[in-house]
Amino acid sequence: MSDTETAKLPKDLAADKGMVNVQIDGTWIQVPRGTRMIEACKIAGVEVPHYCYHPKLSSPGNCRMCLVQMGMPPRLAPGQDPEYNDDGYQEIGWMPRPVIACANTVAENMGISTKSEIVTKCREGVMEFMLINHPLDCPICDQAGECRLQEFSVEHGKSESRFKEDKVKKPKNVQIGPRIRLDDERCIMCSRCIRFMDEVADEPVLGFTERGTHTTVAVYPGRELDNNYGLNTVDLCPVGALTSNDFRFQMRTWFLKETKTIDVNCATGANITVWTRGNKIFRITPRENNDVNSNWMPDSHRLNFHHINDGARLTEPMVKVDGQHEATSWQLALEGAADALKQFDAKEIAVIASARQTNEELFLVRALAAELETEALSIVERIGESDGKLISADRNPNTTGAKLVWQNAKPASQLESIREGVRKGSIKAVIALGEDLTEEAGFSAEDLEKLELLISSNILANPTAQASDIVLPGAAFSEKRGSMVNITGRLQRLNNACVPPGDARDDWMLLRDFVLAISGEANSIPTLESLFNALAENIEEFQGQTLSKIGDLGVQITETGETIPLLEYEKARKERGEIVG
Amino acid sequence: MDIDLVFILSTAVKIILFTFVISLLMVAYATYAERRVSAIIQDRVGPNRTGIPLTLFGGKKDWHFFGLIQPIADGVKNLLKEDFTPAHVRKFFFWIAPALTLIPAFLCLAVIPFGSSVTLPTGDEIKLVIADIDIGPLFVFAIASLSVYGITIAGWASNNKYSFLGGVRSTAQMISYEIAMGLSIIPVLMVYGHLNLNNIVQYQAENGWLLLPLWKDGVFGFYLQNLLLWIPMFISFVIFLTAVFAETNRMPFDLPECETELVGGYHTEYSSMKFAMFFMGEYCAMIVGSALVVTLFFGGWAVGIPAVDSAISEMAWGGIIHLLVFLVKVVAFIVTFIWVRWTVPRFKFDQLMKLGWVIFFELAVVNIVIAALILFYVK
Amino acid sequence: MAIKKLTRPKLTLSEKLIFPTILKGMAVTMTHAIKSVLGKTKAAESLKGSGTGATMQYPETKWDDQLPEYYRGVPALVTDEIGRERCVSCQLCEFICPPKAISILPGEIPSDDEWAKVEKRPQEFDIDMTRCIYCGMCEEVCPEQAIFLRQDYAVTGTSRENMVHNKERLYEIGGVREGLVNKWNEVK
Repeated sequence: MSDTETAKLPKDLAADKGMVNVQIDGTWIQVPRGTRMIEACKIAGVEVPHYCYHPKLSSPGNCRMCLVQMGMPPRLAPGQDPEYNDDGYQEIGWMPRPVIACANTVAENMGISTKSEIVTKCREGVMEFMLINHPLDCPICDQAGECRLQEFSVEHGKSESRFKEDKVKKPKNVQIGPRIRLDDERCIMCSRCIRFMDEVADEPVLGFTERGTHTTVAVYPGRELDNNYGLNTVDLCPVGALTSNDFRFQMRTWFLKETKTIDVNCATGANITVWTRGNKIFRITPRENNDVNSNWMPDSHRLNFHHINDGARLTEPMVKVDGQHEATSWQLALEGAADALKQFDAKEIAVIASARQTNEELFLVRALAAELETEALSIVERIGESDGKLISADRNPNTTGAKLVWQNAKPASQLESIREGVRKGSIKAVIALGEDLTEEAGFSAEDLEKLELLISSNILANPTAQASDIVLPGAAFSEKRGSMVNITGRLQRLNNACVPPGDARDDWMLLRDFVLAISGEANSIPTLESLFNALAENIEEFQGQTLSKIGDLGVQITETGETIPLLEYEKARKERGEIVG
Repeated sequence: MDIDLVFILSTAVKIILFTFVISLLMVAYATYAERRVSAIIQDRVGPNRTGIPLTLFGGKKDWHFFGLIQPIADGVKNLLKEDFTPAHVRKFFFWIAPALTLIPAFLCLAVIPFGSSVTLPTGDEIKLVIADIDIGPLFVFAIASLSVYGITIAGWASNNKYSFLGGVRSTAQMISYEIAMGLSIIPVLMVYGHLNLNNIVQYQAENGWLLLPLWKDGVFGFYLQNLLLWIPMFISFVIFLTAVFAETNRMPFDLPECETELVGGYHTEYSSMKFAMFFMGEYCAMIVGSALVVTLFFGGWAVGIPAVDSAISEMAWGGIIHLLVFLVKVVAFIVTFIWVRWTVPRFKFDQLMKLGWVIFFELAVVNIVIAALILFYVK
Repeated sequence: MAIKKLTRPKLTLSEKLIFPTILKGMAVTMTHAIKSVLGKTKAAESLKGSGTGATMQYPETKWDDQLPEYYRGVPALVTDEIGRERCVSCQLCEFICPPKAISILPGEIPSDDEWAKVEKRPQEFDIDMTRCIYCGMCEEVCPEQAIFLRQDYAVTGTSRENMVHNKERLYEIGGVREGLVNKWNEVK
């Protein structure tokens, strides 16, 4: 018995692993059985241009941009044995006509060619048809710079149009919802938005009307696209047909700097990209993370950033003198705060932190409470209603983090007693960090007046800041660095897209200096990294982690048993083979 | 010699007239000439605007005077500018250096005969030279060589490597060329036979300019002995003129301040009036150099035709005419200085040293021998 | 290898003696100086000098009528024959501008405007003329033929703010430009 007889063929080797062999542009690779051809090409590092295909949506195959040439081994005559070449593959018989790569799956010994003449010709032809009725208003179109049509027409299009006739006229600048505008002339009928509204948002209000070149995307008569996930269609749209009212004509995308960070509007902690120019945020878009938010995010969270650019920001530390706030320096403000706190008994001081703060900040808050020897330490709960998709019932982004860092299963439990204490007068000094006490915390303006000392840090001028004796301006989430733990127990990282305005500081620095002002010790935490390392040494769940290890997609550090409904739904669809996922 | 009132008064008048009126004015307008002539050579215009801004006071047109007010404006500017002394310099030497450059240059003017003489109505004959001493050229060399201290000290006290290099270069250059300069005029002095500059000029007034020796005892003609002597005299002239260029740090020998290598050279750290003093020193040295060249080789105040000169000397105020003749010649040389500056590029330092030590030094020595032989043959 | 061996040029005797060549050089400069004073140098003719040499005496004489067709002066915005402001604030000029002199605040054209279908135009369009280097990149990059370098060159101001040309000023300088491609006409 020789080796050659026992040696397994590539197809058998692949089959053992549930894989198949595919030749892509002349290179053989192994991909899992059932992979779409377009995904196989992506694995091989070959980009197949496409418009309608999206891994999180069904594949109707209607744009025809992803045409590739496919080949299979010749069908055997009855009784004929397959012939294998030296490498153990059968010869590929190329098909004379192209197939779409997005809806076909790979098979054993399949060949895919994305560079052959037929594919090149097909792409040119498809591009030319797409551009026939597409207006050339790139200079005013908001999609310019991130437009797939622009990109592919550079790669596969002609520089001049052969179309001499008049372009088809369609509705332009149609307000199809409170947040979205539609330009039908720019639409290339990829139907991504229609499928998204149907399959993900579960509110199928969009559809095609008319036929042929007159096909138009339209909203169901009498309805409008007001779903809370509607703006995801703007991200999905490969051209500028759907544009966001909020971002429309604000800034060209090529001026914007992208910063990967996370959303802080609920405990889900959707991964986002913050788009800034200078120190101004222009828009926020979701970032793919299949363990948190898939590719989507709710409109309500996406648009909740305008207060950061707002003029009501606190920009310098202030001390109340004779009922009037006066700007001062950080050193004077913090020393003043430390001196004022020394006049109170430990039992008379309460610290109200926020579950909107990062783990590092909460860690420093714990150190602050320990330094003041007070037991009264609480966060403020924010409970809303889950929407069954991405919005969690817990509207605080870091409740799990507070539980872990404070090692307290109910970090908000003391709020009630603190409130009572303030009303009874047993608590005379309150440090409110990142919370407006007059809102969710349930304090009234009279309660705050009773206090002998109120020290608050916040980003906006609010009633609490107004009532405070010492105001410490902090940083908004887009100006912060740090980490948070989401509802499922995933540790994720915040990155700063811009810098805090004026003298305002990142909260961790503010808290560190506050603690040092009280203790009088020398600074041993020069950077956020060193703070995180101290946190990781102290808290079991964080052990072994560093800020850089968290990465852009986060790491699971604990199991809370909570799930994100939309992810479960998508997992089910993926298992049914409806989407690639 | 009695010290009489006329002598004191006339000397004071001469000092004021020759140094502060004539020379200082020439310094000022030499800068203007430098800018205008260089501009003309380079297809530009130069300062032609500075004048009286009548339009500011409601006039219809500004008076420009071809920009002739420019040197005054420059002077006012330099006086009013902040006199900045950097923190890292040696203050005493830093302050004294500009004076050490300027003062020797002006001192040299003392022995230059500006004109023959004037006869006052009182009958006193006054020679138009401040100090009629018998060691004229030696005095000039002695004093002029002092100005090297100014530049060297400026370069050293500035405590800046560029300045320092400029100062060092200047020292080397000036000392080298002083030798050639001194040796080059020995044949000339051999011909004259004495060192009194006024007498030297008087000799030329009677025998024609040293470089135009077409007269003998007042008779015109091409005399062989004169023509033979002309050769070493011309060699002397070339060496002397070149050495004057080097001594005054003018192009093509302005290595102490060559901008391309040394920023500003020895005066990099200087500003306002201190800088202006270096500037004035340089131009004054140029005037003294020109005056010396004119005096030794081009007949000083002499017109060049013995009959005419003696006629002028006969007149009571003939000295004034001679003074004007002298000034015309000096101005011509100043223009030559400027003309050369904007024609010849700067030498490399090694070329400069080679020229001074290997060529001019030897040439000057050989020239002495030639002149001596000719003189021996002639007399 | 591209090594080229050069030999020093052979000097003639007069060149070796230096002085004759220096005199030659001085003759050249003097000839030129005389020509310059007489206003007869080559440059004086080609550059229309009005003073000594090639210099034109600004501001007494100006070279406005000598400006070549391709002269690049201040950048300005233009309107077309039908009075439409051509700029749609695509911000490409802002992007390309090497010294970052241009800053644009885009804005939407209200629906009751005659040109509502163009949708977009600048709300503010500032060119900081203290920064502008007159390179003409903005003109080259403009897809709407809206910004042109005009022949004005005398930009003066008494303060920095004064030197920032705002939208009104830019349209005032630019004026109306005819014969451009009009892609926003009825047919489109």
